[in-house]
Amino acid sequence: MEQIICKDAALGYEDGIVTEELNFTVNSGDYLCILGENGSGKSTLIKALLGLKPHVRGEIKWVNGASSKEIGYLPQQTPVQKDFPASVREIVLSGCLSKTGLRPFYNSHEKALAHKNMHRLGICDLEKRCYRDLSGGQQQRVLLARALCATEKILLLDEPVTGLDPHAQNDLYELIASLNKSGITIIMVSHDIGAAVKYASHILHIGRKQLFFGTKDDYLKSRIGRSFIETEAESNG
Amino acid sequence: MAEIIEKLQHSFSFSIVWYALIVGLLISLCSSLLGVTLVLKRFSFIGDGLSHVAFGAMAVASVVGLTNNMFIVLPVTVIAAVLLLRTGQNTKIKGDAAIAMISVGTLAVGYMLMNIFPTSSNISGDVCGTLFGSTLILSLTPFDVWLCIGMSTVVLVIFVLFYNKIFSVTFDESFSKATGINSDGYNLLIAVITALIIVLAMNLVGSLLISALIIFPALSAMRLFKSFRSVIICSAVISVVCAAAGMLISLVASTPVGSTIVSADIVVFLVFWLISAIMGKTKT
Repeated sequence: MEQIICKDAALGYEDGIVTEELNFTVNSGDYLCILGENGSGKSTLIKALLGLKPHVRGEIKWVNGASSKEIGYLPQQTPVQKDFPASVREIVLSGCLSKTGLRPFYNSHEKALAHKNMHRLGICDLEKRCYRDLSGGQQQRVLLARALCATEKILLLDEPVTGLDPHAQNDLYELIASLNKSGITIIMVSHDIGAAVKYASHILHIGRKQLFFGTKDDYLKSRIGRSFIETEAESNG
Repeated sequence: MAEIIEKLQHSFSFSIVWYALIVGLLISLCSSLLGVTLVLKRFSFIGDGLSHVAFGAMAVASVVGLTNNMFIVLPVTVIAAVLLLRTGQNTKIKGDAAIAMISVGTLAVGYMLMNIFPTSSNISGDVCGTLFGSTLILSLTPFDVWLCIGMSTVVLVIFVLFYNKIFSVTFDESFSKATGINSDGYNLLIAVITALIIVLAMNLVGSLLISALIIFPALSAMRLFKSFRSVIICSAVISVVCAAAGMLISLVASTPVGSTIVSADIVVFLVFWLISAIMGKTKT
């Protein structure tokens, strides 16, 4: 079942196109990894998918009941959050906020949802802990739980493993993969090509324009895929 | 001791002292609630900037000769707050520079206007009163008190109703936006409330010391408490207690009200900081 259809879309700011000729579809249950160099328009694409920034040309459509408001978003951490005095429970609950509408407080249903998602990500024992005292990996789990409170359909992850040690990175990737297996569509922006080819089902590689879209296996056979993997391997020593 | 009690009893026989106490406690409560959000959003200096804007507006109002200068000060400060909080990433002048510019600019223009068009013979007394609030708090009329009670109630109600939204927008603006929360709208709301509180607080501590009322209780509470709700509650308690203590001390010792309250806030901050430092050491 298709969830997002992007047809010949161009993205950019007033003073120029950042990336164009984007043609891809996201189906329910996919694990799409968006690859690209710095400045290739990855973050602009995220904003467009979230509906925060209109595209310049073409179309980006949400279909089959999915909408840009029903996306679980895991943004990159900001400096403000690093020393924010908030308990884990408060943060996870805030994921339910879009469900409350005009109601000023959370109801028991939303509290149960928050608890369920904390349980799902194994952070129940951290419920009362302060966010700033947690390790990087634990913080990402908290933010994932919050994202799951917002949606059960699609998670959009922006460089989720940045700043984590290799062990925590691996844990987080496994966790995301298990969420994907339970039926949640994953869209992950990353420059970690190793993880992309290990976990993703589809790859979207963008530069000034779309360089590749297709399944992971096709990507590994393609010329751009092979050359990108080689340069990454070299730069990693 | 008996002497002090007698002095307090004597003071409280004047209704003007009660007015001051009511207004002081309400303002410190409101400013501490908002302070947590402002400190966490890295807007600590907004209070400083806006209070100088209010000072400039007040100077203009007294030059024009308005009987109640609230009608100029309030709208001007609200507009300045909106403009300052909107200076996001896309402006040519960055946020902190914009605040500094407006802050000193309005202060200078205000002082100049007061000197060119003097309304009373004692300009330096007027200016000192506006900057440090020392006399204004004891010249409140019943109208001022009711205005303050009304505005504080509005601020408190808005804060309670939008508590969860304010938390979300403070913690993570991009996530809130992505899930369809109108975060620009809430930022605007925060800006307007900030301006309201600052205009109110000018009477109490004067425009130079308002920032202290906003940031000290929040910073003290953040030393010790681990959840947003407990930080907010603790900050409110600290602020009210310090305001009460500061005002009583100033009555007894005849010290300036504003600076006494702020000194009490500083003492509490140091105590909390010390406690957190000791606790941090024993933990590791």
